[in-house]
Amino acid sequence: MTGWRHSSLGIIDRSRPISFRWEGRSYRGFRGDTLASALLANGVSIVGRSFKHHRPRGLLAAGLEEPSAIVQTGAGAKSLPNLRATEVDLVEGLEAHAVNAWPSVSTDVFASLGLMKRFIPAAFYYKTFMWPGWELFEPWIRRLAGLGQAPDQPDPDTYEHAHEHVDTLIIGAGVAGLQAALASIRSGAATLLIEHDAVAGGRALGAEQSLSGTPVGSWIAEALAEIDAAPHGRRLMRSTAIGLYDHGLAAIYERSDPAGPPGAQGSLRGRLWKIRARRIIVAAGAIERPLVFSGNDCPGVMLASAAETYLHRYGVVSGRRIVLAANNDRAYRAAFALNDAGAEIVAVLDARPEADIGLLEIARERFPVHPETLPLRVEGRDRVRAVRPARLDGSGAMASLSEEIACDTVLVSGGWTPSVHLHSHLGGRLRWDDMISSFVPVQPSDVLSVGEAAGEFADLGRIRPIVCVETPGGREEETAFVDLQNDVTLLDVRLAVRENFRSVEHLKRYTTLGMATDQGKTSNINGLAILAAELGRTPAEVGVTRFRPPYHPTPIGAFAGHRIGDTLRPRRRLAADAAHARMGARMEDYGHWSRPAFYPQARETEREAVHREVCAVRTAAGLFDASSLGKIEVIGPDAGLFLDRIYPGSMAAMKPGRCKYAVMLSEHGTILDDGVVARLDADRFLVGATSGNAEKVAAHLEDWLQCEWPELRVMTIDVTTDWAVMTISGPKARLILAQLGASIDVSREAFPHLSVREGSLLGVPCRIQRVSFTGEVSFEISIPWAYAEDLHSRLMASGASLGLIPVGIEAIMTLRIEKGFIHLGSETDGVTLPDDLGLSGLVSRRKADFVGKRSLSRPEALRQDRRQLVGLEALDGSAPPIGAHVVSDRPDSLRGGAHSEGWVTSSILSPTLSRGIALGLVEAGRSRHGEIVILRDGNRVLKARITPPGAYDPSGERMHD
Amino acid sequence: MLLIDCPVCGQRSEDEFRCAGQAHLVRPGPPDAVTDEAWSAYLYQRTNLKGVSAERWLHEFGCRRWFNILRDTLTHQILHVYPVTEARRPEETGGGE
Ligand SMILES: [Zn+2]
Repeated sequence: MTGWRHSSLGIIDRSRPISFRWEGRSYRGFRGDTLASALLANGVSIVGRSFKHHRPRGLLAAGLEEPSAIVQTGAGAKSLPNLRATEVDLVEGLEAHAVNAWPSVSTDVFASLGLMKRFIPAAFYYKTFMWPGWELFEPWIRRLAGLGQAPDQPDPDTYEHAHEHVDTLIIGAGVAGLQAALASIRSGAATLLIEHDAVAGGRALGAEQSLSGTPVGSWIAEALAEIDAAPHGRRLMRSTAIGLYDHGLAAIYERSDPAGPPGAQGSLRGRLWKIRARRIIVAAGAIERPLVFSGNDCPGVMLASAAETYLHRYGVVSGRRIVLAANNDRAYRAAFALNDAGAEIVAVLDARPEADIGLLEIARERFPVHPETLPLRVEGRDRVRAVRPARLDGSGAMASLSEEIACDTVLVSGGWTPSVHLHSHLGGRLRWDDMISSFVPVQPSDVLSVGEAAGEFADLGRIRPIVCVETPGGREEETAFVDLQNDVTLLDVRLAVRENFRSVEHLKRYTTLGMATDQGKTSNINGLAILAAELGRTPAEVGVTRFRPPYHPTPIGAFAGHRIGDTLRPRRRLAADAAHARMGARMEDYGHWSRPAFYPQARETEREAVHREVCAVRTAAGLFDASSLGKIEVIGPDAGLFLDRIYPGSMAAMKPGRCKYAVMLSEHGTILDDGVVARLDADRFLVGATSGNAEKVAAHLEDWLQCEWPELRVMTIDVTTDWAVMTISGPKARLILAQLGASIDVSREAFPHLSVREGSLLGVPCRIQRVSFTGEVSFEISIPWAYAEDLHSRLMASGASLGLIPVGIEAIMTLRIEKGFIHLGSETDGVTLPDDLGLSGLVSRRKADFVGKRSLSRPEALRQDRRQLVGLEALDGSAPPIGAHVVSDRPDSLRGGAHSEGWVTSSILSPTLSRGIALGLVEAGRSRHGEIVILRDGNRVLKARITPPGAYDPSGERMHD
Repeated sequence: MLLIDCPVCGQRSEDEFRCAGQAHLVRPGPPDAVTDEAWSAYLYQRTNLKGVSAERWLHEFGCRRWFNILRDTLTHQILHVYPVTEARRPEETGGGE
């Protein structure tokens, strides 16, 4: 209990008290507080438990770099895990608790058992992957190490995406950012200023400085007024630049104001901005570095600048008896300010020799200053009790141990690190600057960094680049933390170097240094300085790890935006959707289309319904909505020539009124798509594509047309959703169609298999194609999209007495497997050639060239052991599992175990034949008909006979009838 | 995320486009006269160069026109946008034949 609220300082609104709950207890704060400042003001020291060791942790920082105070707010579906207490705005009724602590943050069982200490050294994970086995440790590590709990219900809030174009985007509304914004606005540029914080001003907020002769508070207010008044100026608060991308794109996450309009269910929680800017100015400031000593994670150890912020902005004094440890001049500001506010400065420990301390004389008038001294360790477990300083020699090693100094707070400053992350996202280079002992952006680059982000510091003085006391063999290194959030110690870093992980990228991955949610904002530079010292190299030589987006943790929901659930993507509905619904169709998504899977009657199961539908097609007729089939018209004097070059079969020779089944190949010879190509006229073809593949096929045609043969007089039009298609299939199909009164003669003689006719039906144009995917006589009736429902109803009305029923995709799939017809994506994959499927008849031998032709004679295509399409008949009559492998008695040369000769691609229990039927791709399968093979799926093993594909009506008499 | 100046539609964001890799590939033929090695090179071998590269792009969610761009693969700067029928540009620092 050491932090306390000052009676007057700060810019909080003391007229608006707020009550909140932390770890189940009630506290009070004020409007303008963060959770962190309110906890500090209430004297709460322990605000977190560390990731691996469950050590008690206090507040290190006051801003987004906070590594330790990781909290979860709210409860149930609206609970938010892994927030930094420093950026949680205090609102009435806020409930928050620490993560990774049980039963509470102040009495954590795992820490008091001492279980975790020394149990998870660097690279523990990697080492146990090798031996004795990660699975032995995984369950309890997952329980003990970690962060917050993901809510177990869907997020009731919403997120949205927004786009903006500006001339100038300025990131950071501290003094440097405000100055840049004013200059930009005065030049007439459309300017957007964004700030992570809820208020502008940055570190200057509440400080007793003046700018251009004006007190800083008034200066900030005037700047904001000018920005807000300008018609071309705009600002976004609570908005964080999480990534910069090529050509001036910035990704910005804006959090909604928790104190804004009451958060009803489903309120907007955040907005992801994608902003294109002609010019980006990074004024993201800098982050203070801690010092590394034993117990530097103890509650009560805080960054000097954080103590200043808590004082100036929130009126909270961080302690009563304070020691400052630093290696630069700026840190003294905190000591003066806290002393003015009533805290006792017990001592200042400064790494530098007297001559380098710029403020030595003034400081010594007010408190003891110990030059060439840094803390070796802090005493105390749940709160700092004392500090044990060590005198340094010229090389930074310990010369002697000094007397213990009693205190309750240690403020630390190891120098300042410019926030170069955003500069680096765009590939900007970095340069080591000895003056500030950190990396700074090399400019000019794609963005302009200004102020402290560019490494411009006026008041650091001469810095001594030391972050820890060198103690040969001391036990201090075990509890001296480099990365507080991931619990990486000095010992871990040194162990990694001893185990030869000497590159900064290897060090990071081996120790997890800088890999926590804060991405090493307070630890990276210290880590690499220690690495450099161990290697006897300079930090510039060691370099820094690559910074990648996001700069700051961002809710996943922000990236999803509105694209969740039903709005993930447009659901494509068939034109006769309502008719299917009326008939009780079970609708399912196939690709992007919502289509009838089957039409259950009364209490039918799926299998019973599909069985009934299949039998109807085989004995009477079924009506199937095939509207989602791709339809692309290819028009022009050279259309035949063009399709001859595209398809392996002959198209130019086909007569108008005829159609044929064809496969489309890639240049690799593999099957891209299959479908029916019809010639409607001398210069007009209709290319059929499988459902969901229309866009891909249209793009393929256009690619060849535009890029390879631009001289051809051809155009393509995707008419997929211009025409609905109702397929009527079965022995009664012709009879039913004849009753409908189409202007087309549907007799056997006038309308043979594989022909196409145009005419009119129901008073509108129609087109009928005779092709079959079921093995029965089939007519595909195309009609303008808007008439689909009408046509469906008319067909049902006139066909019902002849046994016509609607059938869904599952029945169609069963019918085609009985026939041994392939389905793209089931019997084909990325390497399937036409001959593998027994389709070499579709490949012309006479044509000089077509897309993919040369690939069909490559050695790979001519191998004798290519997998070929076969039927597979389980000896026990069952349907073999899809994906079951055909197991060879030969060993596999690459992986060991048995060689796989192929697998089952489709499988059903055939209603027509009353037994299991499967298709598969099996090595040299066509020459192995009759052979018995072993099928294996997991632990299930069964025997099957290889047969020709197509168990039902192999000669195809029925569909030609 | 690139800003691409579509010859038909003007400047649009990269996510409306599809890149199909190296431009100016010459399709060898007739098939009977092409060796396995030459065909394989046409199918698979790409320069993947660091520098100014000619690429095929499609404005897929827009006008659906194909065009070529010259792009510096290091800086992502786009130097030129031109029709697929135009010959390769002198600025290009490499490319397959
Ligand atoms: Zn376009």
